[in-house]
Amino acid sequence: MADITLQNVVKRYGDGFPAVNDVSLDIADGEFMILVGPSGCGKSTLLRMIVGLEDITEGEVTIAGERVNEKAPKDRNLAMVFQNYALYPHLTVFENIAFPLRLRHQPDEEVRRKVEEAAETLELTEHLDRRPSNLSGGQRQRVAMGRAIVRDASAFLFDEPLSNLDAKLRGQMRTEILRLQRRLGITTVYVTHDQVEAMTLGDRVALLRRGELQQVAAPRALYEEPVNMFVAGFIGSPPMNFLPAVVEGGELRLPVVGFRPPDDVLARVGDRSRVMVGLRPERFTTVTGDGAGPDDVEFEAEVDVVEWLGNEQYAYLPYDEPEGADTTLEELERDLDSERLRSQLVVALDPADAIASGDRIRLRFDPRSMHVFDVETGENLTLGVG
Amino acid sequence: MEGRRTSHWWTVWGVLILAWAMFPLLWMVSLAFKSPETFRAGTPSFFPDEWTWENFQTVFDDELFTSALRNSFGIAIIATVLAVVVAMFAAYAIARLEFPGKRLLLSMALAIAMFPQAALVGPLFNMWRGLGIYDTWLGLIIPYLTFALPLSIWTMSAFFRQIPWEMEQAAQVDGATPWQAFRRVIVPLAAPGVFTTAILTFFFCWNEFLFAISLTSTDRARTVPAALSFFTGQSQFQSPVTAIMAASVVVTIPIVILVLVFQRRIVAGLTSGAVKG
Repeated sequence: MADITLQNVVKRYGDGFPAVNDVSLDIADGEFMILVGPSGCGKSTLLRMIVGLEDITEGEVTIAGERVNEKAPKDRNLAMVFQNYALYPHLTVFENIAFPLRLRHQPDEEVRRKVEEAAETLELTEHLDRRPSNLSGGQRQRVAMGRAIVRDASAFLFDEPLSNLDAKLRGQMRTEILRLQRRLGITTVYVTHDQVEAMTLGDRVALLRRGELQQVAAPRALYEEPVNMFVAGFIGSPPMNFLPAVVEGGELRLPVVGFRPPDDVLARVGDRSRVMVGLRPERFTTVTGDGAGPDDVEFEAEVDVVEWLGNEQYAYLPYDEPEGADTTLEELERDLDSERLRSQLVVALDPADAIASGDRIRLRFDPRSMHVFDVETGENLTLGVG
Repeated sequence: MEGRRTSHWWTVWGVLILAWAMFPLLWMVSLAFKSPETFRAGTPSFFPDEWTWENFQTVFDDELFTSALRNSFGIAIIATVLAVVVAMFAAYAIARLEFPGKRLLLSMALAIAMFPQAALVGPLFNMWRGLGIYDTWLGLIIPYLTFALPLSIWTMSAFFRQIPWEMEQAAQVDGATPWQAFRRVIVPLAAPGVFTTAILTFFFCWNEFLFAISLTSTDRARTVPAALSFFTGQSQFQSPVTAIMAASVVVTIPIVILVLVFQRRIVAGLTSGAVKG
C-alpha cells in the first residue's frame, strides 16, 4: 500500500532522444492509474522506470514518500505482470506463484497457505501441479497475477497484460483485474495501448504522446473535456471527426455547413481565422420532422458507406477538404498511429434508421457539443464552455 | 505417390550411412570377443567362432590400462566441470552485457578453437617441463580447458540468448538479486545448453590423443587413448590387437551411456511455455 509520485521524470537514451520527457504524476494510495498512448509514446518505459528496470535520467520517483531512484527492483517491493507473462517454465504453477516468497525464505507452511489462497482467488487450484507450458493463455495470465498478489507488494504494475489474449478472453480478464484491484485496494499502474481498457479500468488515465504527458483525468473527463486534439483523437471509437473551419464574420464555415456558433465559443476563438472543429460521431442525429433544439445546426450530405452492427450504425459521409488544412491533421494522424485515408465524416446513427449508401440524409448537431481547437497548437479552445 | 518414393530413398540412404558408420564399431566389438589365438585363424570370420571374455580379463589385469582409465576419468571430469563453470559465466556475460571488446573476445575465442593443436605441442612440452607440470593431471587439464572453452562459450551463449530478458527482469522484480536470478531461473532454463556443452567437452577430453601422448610419460597422467598405443599382448609373441579392441570397447561404454542418459536433456525446448508462443 503506497502512493507513487513521479517528479519531472526524464528518460534519455544514449542518442539523447528523450523517450520520457518531464513527466510528473501523482498516483494516490489505492488508485488505479492507467498509462495509455500510441506505441512508442514512452508508457512502458515509464512503467519500467517505476519498477526499476530502467534507469531514471532525471527527476525523482518516490514510493510511499521514499525516493527509490537508486534502489534495485528487488528493494522497491513492487509486483509486476509482464506482457508475455514471464513465467518460469521449469517450475510448476505452485512454485511460480511461490517464487517471490521462496526468495524471502518464508517457512514452507506459510508459503503453502499463501499460494493456496492466491490460487483460490484466481481459480487456479486444480492447476497448481502443472507447468506453464501446459496452460492456456488465460491461465498463464492468471498465474502471472498470482505471482503478483501472493506477496504484500506496495503496488501492482501491469505492462499490457491482456494484449496477448484473444478478444473474448480479454474482456473477461479485464473485469477480473478490475474486481481483484477493487478487492485488494492496492495501488495499480496499468500500461495499455487499448483505449477500451483505459476507459473501463482506470480511476484516472494518463495519456502520453512522444514521451510527454498530455492529460491526466478520469475517463469521463478525458472523453468530454480533452485538452487538445491529440487527446480528443485518441479517446473514442470511432474517433472524433476533425473538420477544418474558416472563421468569417462571426460564422464558422465547415466543409459541410456554415453556421453561427454560440457567443462564448466565438469569444474563445478570438481573432483566429482558421480553427479545427471536433465533433464526436454520436453527437449527430438524423433529422426526422421536428424536434430540433433552437441552436441546432442542420445540414445535408450524401452517405458513402454504411456499417450496421446491430446495436449501432455508422455512416461515412465524404466531403471536399479545403486547401491547406491537411498538415495539422496529417501530423495528428501520424501521432495516433493511423493513416489518413480520405476526408470523411463519421456519424453514429440510430440503428433503427434504414439508411443505404448513396442516400442523402439530413443531419443535425448541437454546436455546444463541439470542440474547437487551435490549428497550430492543437489546444482545445472550448474547455469549460457550456 | 511421389512423396512416398522420396521417403523410401531417404530410408535406403539412412541404412547405407548407418552401415558405413557402424561397420568399424561392429568389427571392434567382434574382435574384442575373439580369443587372441583364433584372431589370426586360417579361415577368418567376421563374428568370433567362440565368444570369450579373455581380452577384457587381460586389459583389466593390466596396470597400464586401469591407471589410464582412472586418469581419463579424473582429467576429463575435472576439465569438463571447470570448462562448464567458466564458460557459463563468460557466456552469460556475452549474451547479456554490452561491454567494449565483446566482438574481439568472441573472435579471439573462435581463433583459439581453430588453432592447430600440433603447433602447440612442442612449446608446451618444453614449458611444462620447465614448470614441473609435465606428466601431471594439471598439465593435461590446462590445454584441454584452452581448447574446450571457446566452443563451450559459443554454444552456451547461444542458449542464453534464447532465454527472454523478461525472465531475469521478472525474477528481479520478484525480489531476486542478479545472482539469484541467474542461479534459480537462468541456469535451470539453460540446462539443455549446459548439458550439451558438458558432454561435448567431456567427449573432447576423453578422446584427445595428441596432448595425451606428448605431455605424459608414465602412468601418472597417461589417459586411455595414449595408453592404448602402448599396449602389448599377454606375451611378446601374442598380438595385442584383440586386447586393444577390448580396451576400446571399454572406453566407448561411458560415452554411449552419457549420450543415452542425457539425450532427452540435450533436446532443447525447455523454454517452451515461458512466454506466449
